[in-house]
Amino acid sequence: MTITNSILEARSLKVIRGGSLLVHVPSLTIGEGETLSLIGPNGAGKTTLLQALSYLMRPSAGDILFRGEKVGASYAILEYRRKLAMVFQEPLLFDTTVFENVASGLKIRGLGAGTIRQIVTEQLNHFGIGHLSDRSARTLSGGEAQRTSLARAFATKPEVLFLDEPFASLDPPTREAIIADLGKVIAKTRTTTVIATHDRNEALRLSDRIAMMDSGKIIQIGRPSDVMNRPVDELVAAFVGIETILHGRVREKQRGSIIVDINGKEIEAVGDADTATDVVLCIRPENVTLSLFPAVTATSARNVFPGRIDRITPLGLVVKVEISCGFPLVAYVTANAMEDLSLLEGKEVTAQFKATAIHVITKKATDGASARLPAEVTDISI
Amino acid sequence: MDIILDGIRKAFYLLFTFDAEVLGITWFSLKVSGTATFISLFIGMSVGTAVALTQFPGRKFVVSLINTGMALPPVVVGLFVTIFLWRNGPLGFMEILYTPAAMIIAQAIIATPIVTGISLAAMQQLPKKLRLQILALGATRLQMVRILIREARLSLLAAVMAGFGGVISEVGASIMVGGNIKGYTRVLTTATVMETSRGNFDIAIALGIILLIFAYMINLVLTHVQQRERPR
Repeated sequence: MTITNSILEARSLKVIRGGSLLVHVPSLTIGEGETLSLIGPNGAGKTTLLQALSYLMRPSAGDILFRGEKVGASYAILEYRRKLAMVFQEPLLFDTTVFENVASGLKIRGLGAGTIRQIVTEQLNHFGIGHLSDRSARTLSGGEAQRTSLARAFATKPEVLFLDEPFASLDPPTREAIIADLGKVIAKTRTTTVIATHDRNEALRLSDRIAMMDSGKIIQIGRPSDVMNRPVDELVAAFVGIETILHGRVREKQRGSIIVDINGKEIEAVGDADTATDVVLCIRPENVTLSLFPAVTATSARNVFPGRIDRITPLGLVVKVEISCGFPLVAYVTANAMEDLSLLEGKEVTAQFKATAIHVITKKATDGASARLPAEVTDISI
Repeated sequence: MDIILDGIRKAFYLLFTFDAEVLGITWFSLKVSGTATFISLFIGMSVGTAVALTQFPGRKFVVSLINTGMALPPVVVGLFVTIFLWRNGPLGFMEILYTPAAMIIAQAIIATPIVTGISLAAMQQLPKKLRLQILALGATRLQMVRILIREARLSLLAAVMAGFGGVISEVGASIMVGGNIKGYTRVLTTATVMETSRGNFDIAIALGIILLIFAYMINLVLTHVQQRERPR
């Protein structure tokens, strides 16, 4: 995906603290009006990158360009910060009323009382907290406090909004409601947004692009569907919810597909890899269907495997079913389907998945420099 | 037992009839300790805030010095202030020993580490990310410090109260550098010591009750601050 209207750009960005390279991003471009999610496990460097991009943490090396101008050189840091807003996991409200909290950024900028009142009222209404205007921030619930924090961020009409795990400490219904409202406000204002989150569902709901981070580096960046369905390596695959990750070797190459040997079982996958190449197959649990019928062995149908249910784990709306069919396989079924099929641990079932539902990672991609950025740690000097 | 009851009865009589001497001593005590606290507030809050918000080599040593200073024995302060202000001392030329000014200096020296230490703790107790949040709102460094002080205002009030509590109730330094001169350098604590030694328990108890009222009011504020929750 090519970004044509860049608002923010990082070049050769490095954050080094205590001799450790915390973040290394050779190049990152964020388009105007785009919502980019940084996802990854704890300690991946999401927050550090967010703080470096917002210049709340001074980068050790590299440049941040805002609308093509270098921050800290031709563009003053304070001026740059006044174009941004940041919302943290904790609402970090001031010990005053909701109104005063939302007005704080505007007061810092020295705006007049009339303008402030108009903007604050508008933002309070956007986030459904108009009725809390005069309430002390100390008396707010978690959700109300985070709404106040978001309203405060939007009040300054930021050109780039940074959100650092903003919903992580909220209960699910509150989180859902706030994500929905935030999505509407972002869409309405077309504010460029960068979100750090470890929740892939949040990322999917809000983002135009997703960047997967690990060990301070961006491993993969792309459209949500690309990252979710075509991860570059096993780590990304596991993080984006691919439950079945199988190691095998290509036995046969056909036109447009390959036959992969997994523990003596043959799986057909759409993809391109030479015979005898080691590959990793990724199968999303939603793409595996279960039935009670015996496997149709007489036909040429591939990817149909009889197996035994090892474990059943309820996950709310869906149920996770782990099956042994010569290799471990995970399927998600709805609670209704679970009841209809009378699925129980130890029961024999037939699992099936399409060749197109498998993502193939060749070992070359997993091990090579194309998937992971080189860790240039030799030039650390602070 | 009679001696106590009689003393308390007479003490309340002196208080409710606004005895001139008791009121005079109280007012003078408030002036001396209030001025000393104000000076310590200015120095202590500035130093406490600066140490809390900056990182520098030897910071831990400075913090430990401040914390040690919070337990500075008033008698030791009195001793050194007396030596410094003594006629042949380094600051003897000022000729302020046994004057209210000397008492204010001694009390300010006692209160400053208390205010500094509590201010430092108050600023450090604020969430670390609050500083980032304020900067992210577009604040200059000065604006950030102002907002942080406003956020810590109640804890800083606690610092003031603790500093004031420390000096209004100390006797060692005041008696050494003030001399307990009637109508000039006599404060609640030095007067209580003197009246007790003379056997004038009624006046001593009256002065003691006033000191207790101050102690109660200070603790009321401190308790209120302790029980208060921060916004999320």
